[in-house]
Amino acid sequence: MESIKKLKFEKNLRSGKFAVTCEIGPPKGAGVEEIREAAGYLKDVADGINVTDLQSSVMRLGSLATCHLLKEWGLDPIFQVTCRDRNRLALQSDLLSAYVLGIRNVLALTGDYTTIGDHPQAEPVFDIDSVQLLWVIKNLEEGKDLAGKELTQKPSFFKGAVVNPGADTEASYELQIIKMKKKIDQGAQFFQTQAIFDAEVFKRFMERVHKENIDVPILAGIILLKSEKMANYMNKFIPGVFVPEPLVKKMEGTMDKVSMCIEIASRLTEEVKPYCAGVHIQALGWEKHIPAVVKNLK
Amino acid sequence: MILTEFKPVEELLEKLKEEKKIFIMGCGGCPEGADTGGKAVLTDMKGELEKEEKTITGILEIDFLCQKALIRSRIKPRMDEIKNADSVLVFSCGLGVQATSAVIDKVCYPALNTITFGGITGMWQGTERCDTCGNCILDYTGGICPYTACPKKLENGACAGQSNGKCEVDPERDCGWELIYNSLKRIGKLDILNKFIPPRDYSKILPSASLRKTRLWALDEEEIV
Repeated sequence: MESIKKLKFEKNLRSGKFAVTCEIGPPKGAGVEEIREAAGYLKDVADGINVTDLQSSVMRLGSLATCHLLKEWGLDPIFQVTCRDRNRLALQSDLLSAYVLGIRNVLALTGDYTTIGDHPQAEPVFDIDSVQLLWVIKNLEEGKDLAGKELTQKPSFFKGAVVNPGADTEASYELQIIKMKKKIDQGAQFFQTQAIFDAEVFKRFMERVHKENIDVPILAGIILLKSEKMANYMNKFIPGVFVPEPLVKKMEGTMDKVSMCIEIASRLTEEVKPYCAGVHIQALGWEKHIPAVVKNLK
Repeated sequence: MILTEFKPVEELLEKLKEEKKIFIMGCGGCPEGADTGGKAVLTDMKGELEKEEKTITGILEIDFLCQKALIRSRIKPRMDEIKNADSVLVFSCGLGVQATSAVIDKVCYPALNTITFGGITGMWQGTERCDTCGNCILDYTGGICPYTACPKKLENGACAGQSNGKCEVDPERDCGWELIYNSLKRIGKLDILNKFIPPRDYSKILPSASLRKTRLWALDEEEIV
């Protein structure tokens, strides 16, 4: 039954309702109490929950197992799959594994490089790239693996990809657009963007997207800004993320970081809402504040 | 000696499908030893392509295509023939295709796949790098190898990790895709980037036993023993 029924995230996004996705980062270790708690906060506010795949190249509990737990807890997980750690055999196998566990949403990513993480000695795999990963999924859905061999049963996924609206050079910006179109050609059905803090940047990006006749739903990435320290860190180290000075000053000038964080994220959500299909909110441990951010949306 | 093999004819003709006028360049170094170069090979290719109703605007063999200064000096008297062509077909290793692409503002199609460096790297004096992977796609990437210029070996465009044109892996290093984009922009061929590139065939990275039997490879083995 579940193989044909559309799950919450896909159903809501397709219905045209402004969608909210959130994110859970699996723990370093076998203790899942924290993510169970986070899932509790998100259950009623999120249409789908991304589960990161060894984010920032740090060894953690796996995305697939965590997606399975989220499903058991009544949420609709979005299985993030990167190409950093698995070759094409393992990727195809994990996609089939996800399907038999009832996981229907997949987000295809290239992945961070190994040396930025906590196992910099690890071999970076990158057997295929994110566009090719979508192509791989398309092949599986057509009942064939990459070697052209028949599958006993075809899986089916709601397939997503990412794009960075804040690329800072002509080449990188144009390549984001080109790659976005290639991802759509290979089956991407929704996009989540790199975190934005400046609604104008996002607006300009969406104008370009419309000019390119791209009509795939796009969810604007929003990170909960916890402090000015975090803003400065991201400005310095996270490519494509830029926190404008007024926001940094606002965080600096307040004793009540939580209220300011909610205010900034809520306003940003309101500002981008007319231009996109939803928001993808990354709370990075502050999941309990997400209901306050989205309460006016519902 | 750098060992190369011919790309399958069907693959080459598919690549050249839209090209009407072609200038053929060959390296007189390693390909001659690997039986993938030399005047006879270049002339044969001219005949093959003429059968496909393509015009060959000229043929030029240069001793070492991996040396940009040498290419620059040797193409000077032949610029009319080169300018008259839509693109260039290059019989050399990946380094030679990269060096040729850097010097000539045309799409340079690799006619060969590079199999192995086989011990030495010819007259190579540039910044180019070849992965000797047997899957050459340098025509698609503006003469810059995505496997060596990008640490993630991305084939379909940049990741989001670049910052001001530099790589997320090493801020001193140029983003390979930034270079690829700028190279294709220089020759007015950005539309090439819309093409989907399927995953690389890793089974071609190790040279086959039969390829190891070429004359110079065997000689090289002799010397080691």
